[in-house]
Amino acid sequence: MTDASQFGTAYATVQHQFKTRRLTAFSIPVLLLIYLSYLFISFDIPGLAARARMDNAKILLSDFVAYKTHVTRDNRTDKLSVSIEGEAKATFAPNQYPAWVKTDGDTTTIDLGKDNIVTYDTRGARYNVPGYGVIDIQPESGKLKLTAPQPIPDWINVTDTRISVTTPQGRFAYSRSKVETFKYQPGWALFFFTLDSPFYDKSYGQLTAILGGERLDPARSNLSYMASEFWHNKQWHHGDVAWALFETVLMAFLGTMGAALIALPLAFLAASNFTPFRSVRFAFRRLFDFVRGVDGLIWTIILSRAFGPGPMTGALAILLTDSGTFGKTFSEALENIDEKQVEGIRSTGAGPLQRARFGVLPQIAPILLSQVLYYLESNTRSATVIGAIVGGGIGLLLTQAIITQKDWEDVAYYMILIVLMVMAMDSFSGWLRRKLIGR
Amino acid sequence: MVDITFGPEPGKRPDLNNPTEAYIHQTRRKRLYGFILLILFVALMASGFKTAQDRNAGDFLSGLHQLHAFPAEVLSEAWTNRANIPALLWQYLPSLIETINIAAAATLLGGAFGAFLALGSTRHLARFPILTPLFRRSADIMRAIPEIVIALILIFILGGGPVPAVLAIAFHTAGALGKLFSESAENADLKPVEGLASTGASWSQQIWLGILPQVAPNWLSYALLRFEINIRASAILGFVGSGGIGYDLKLAMQWGGGKYDQVIAIFALLFCAIVVFDQLSGYARNRLVKGQ
Repeated sequence: MTDASQFGTAYATVQHQFKTRRLTAFSIPVLLLIYLSYLFISFDIPGLAARARMDNAKILLSDFVAYKTHVTRDNRTDKLSVSIEGEAKATFAPNQYPAWVKTDGDTTTIDLGKDNIVTYDTRGARYNVPGYGVIDIQPESGKLKLTAPQPIPDWINVTDTRISVTTPQGRFAYSRSKVETFKYQPGWALFFFTLDSPFYDKSYGQLTAILGGERLDPARSNLSYMASEFWHNKQWHHGDVAWALFETVLMAFLGTMGAALIALPLAFLAASNFTPFRSVRFAFRRLFDFVRGVDGLIWTIILSRAFGPGPMTGALAILLTDSGTFGKTFSEALENIDEKQVEGIRSTGAGPLQRARFGVLPQIAPILLSQVLYYLESNTRSATVIGAIVGGGIGLLLTQAIITQKDWEDVAYYMILIVLMVMAMDSFSGWLRRKLIGR
Repeated sequence: MVDITFGPEPGKRPDLNNPTEAYIHQTRRKRLYGFILLILFVALMASGFKTAQDRNAGDFLSGLHQLHAFPAEVLSEAWTNRANIPALLWQYLPSLIETINIAAAATLLGGAFGAFLALGSTRHLARFPILTPLFRRSADIMRAIPEIVIALILIFILGGGPVPAVLAIAFHTAGALGKLFSESAENADLKPVEGLASTGASWSQQIWLGILPQVAPNWLSYALLRFEINIRASAILGFVGSGGIGYDLKLAMQWGGGKYDQVIAIFALLFCAIVVFDQLSGYARNRLVKGQ
C-alpha cells in the first residue's frame, strides 16, 4: 500500500531528475557551440581564405604525381640545356635529349603533345597552339615584339620584358635573357637511375637482357652495378633515405627499451607493496611525474644542447620522457599483483631479489611487454617529429625537403615511406606481442 | 594415440619414472632460450647505441658532463632577471591558451571524425557492412601519418597559425580514436539495438539511443586521454612552425643568451599546463569509467 505523500515526493524527485537531465542534454551542445564560435574568431577562420595559397596547393599536388622538364635557351650565348626540374645534376647530355626535343643547327623544336609545337630559332621563338594560332616572339631593340591572334587571351601574360604562355600542355616563357619551355609528364623522374647511369631509360626487358649480358664494368657483375647505381642514385639518394629510416627506428627502439630498463627497478621503489617508506615512494612518484610533465619537447631542447644534433640525442629524449611514463604504469602494475605467489616463494626461503624474479616478474611481464611494445610503435612516430628538431632520421629529411619548397616529389616519397615504416612497426610489435604473450 | 597420428616429438622422450630429470631438462632449455634472447637483446642495444653515437654530433660521455651546463646557464640568467618572470608569465599566457585551444579543437574535430570512422568500421553496427575494411584501413593510415607531415604541408598552403596544427593533429587523432572507439563499440551490448529495431527505429536512431549511451563513458575517457597527448603534440608542432607557445619557445631559444628568462617562463607555463590537464583528465576519466 503506497503512502500518497510518499508517492508525491517520488513523483517530484523523478520530475526534477528529468528536468536536470533535459537541461544538461541541451546545455552541452550549446556550450560546445559557444566554444567553437570562440575558436572560430580566435583562430581567424574567416581570414584563412585570404591567406590560403591555393596556387601552392596546385604546385604541390602536381609535383606529387608529375615532373617537369625544362628546355632552356640562353638568349645571350645561344646555349641550349634540357634538364629535369631545372637541376644541374639532372641535365641531359646533348646526345641523349628526349625524343620530343629535336635540334637542327640553331633551330630547336619541342613537341609538347597534342600538336603544341614550340620552336626556338635565331629570330626568336614561336609557339603553335592548335585552335588558337601561332604566338611569335622576336626581340627588337631590347624589347619583345609579340605577334599573336587578337584579342590576346588571359593565359598569355605580356609585359615589356617577359611574355609567358600557360596551356594544359605546358608552360612557355620568353624574357630577354632566356627562353624556357616546361613540359609536364606523369610520374617521378629518375627514380631508379639517373641520366649519367648506363641503365637510364631502359625498359624492364632491356634491363634483364643487360643482367644476362656482358659486364658493363669489368670489375663487378651487372647486378651489383645496377644495385649500386640505384642505391647511390644522385637524385633520390635511396641509400641515405634508407639510413634515415633506420635511424628513426633506432631512436624509437633505443629510447623505448632504455626507458623500460631504467623504469623497471625504479618502479619497485614507487610501489606501495614493495617500498614501505612513504617518503621514498613519494619522491619517486613525483620524479616520474616531473620527467613526464617536462615533456619530450623540452628534454629534446636541453639534451641537444649537451649532446649536439643527431640520433642519440633523439633516443635519449625519448628515453627520459618515457621512463617517467613507464615508471608510473609499471608501479601501478606492481601494486595490482597477486600477493599469494610472492608469499609462496617467500615460504621457500627466497630472498627479495628471488621473490621479485620468480614471484613478481612472471605476473607483470605480460603487462609490461604489451606496454613497451605499444610505445615502441608510437615512438616511431614521435621519433619522426623529434628527428626534425634534433636533426636526425627521416624527420630531418622531410623538414628539409618541405623547407626548400620545390622537392615535393621527395616529400611525397618520404611520406609514403614514413607511413609504411609506422605500419610495419605496428604489425611487428603486434606480431611480437602475440608471440611473447599469446594474445 | 597422438604418437601414432603425428609421430613422436623430436628429441629424447621424457622418462616417466624420473619426472624430476624431465622437469630440470625443461627448465634448463627454457633458461637457455631466455639467456640467448637476453644476449641478443643486449647486443642489439649496444650496437644500436654505438651506431647512434657514431652518427651523433656530440659524444655521450663528454656530453654527460655538459648536461647540467645549459640548464645551469638558463637558470642562473633567469635568476638574475627573476623580477621579469611574473610579467613574462602573463605575457605568454595567451600563447599557452592558443596551444590548449589547438589541442581542444583538434580533439573535438578528430573525435567527431573518429566516431564516424568507428561506426563505419564496427561489425554489426556499420550502416554498410561491406565497407568496414575500407573504414578500418583508412583509420590505420590516418593513425600512421605523424602530425608533423600534415602540419608542414598545410603550413605551406595555409600559411602559419593555429589552423594547420589543428587539422594535422585532428587527422591523426581521428585515426587513433577511430580504432579505440570501434574496439569499445564492438563490446557494446546489441540487445538495445535489437529492441529499437523491433520498434521500427532507423539506423541513426538505433545508434543514437542504443549504442551511444553505452559507449559514451568509454569514448569520453579515450577522448580525454587524447586531449592530454594532443596538448604535448600541439606544443611540439608550434616549435616546428605553427602557432602557440611552442613557437614563442623557438623564438626565445633562437635568441640564445639574454632571453633565458623568457625560456624559463615558457617552460614553467608548459609544465604547469601539462601537469594540471593530466591531473584533471585523470580525475575525470576515473569518474567516467569507475562510476565515481
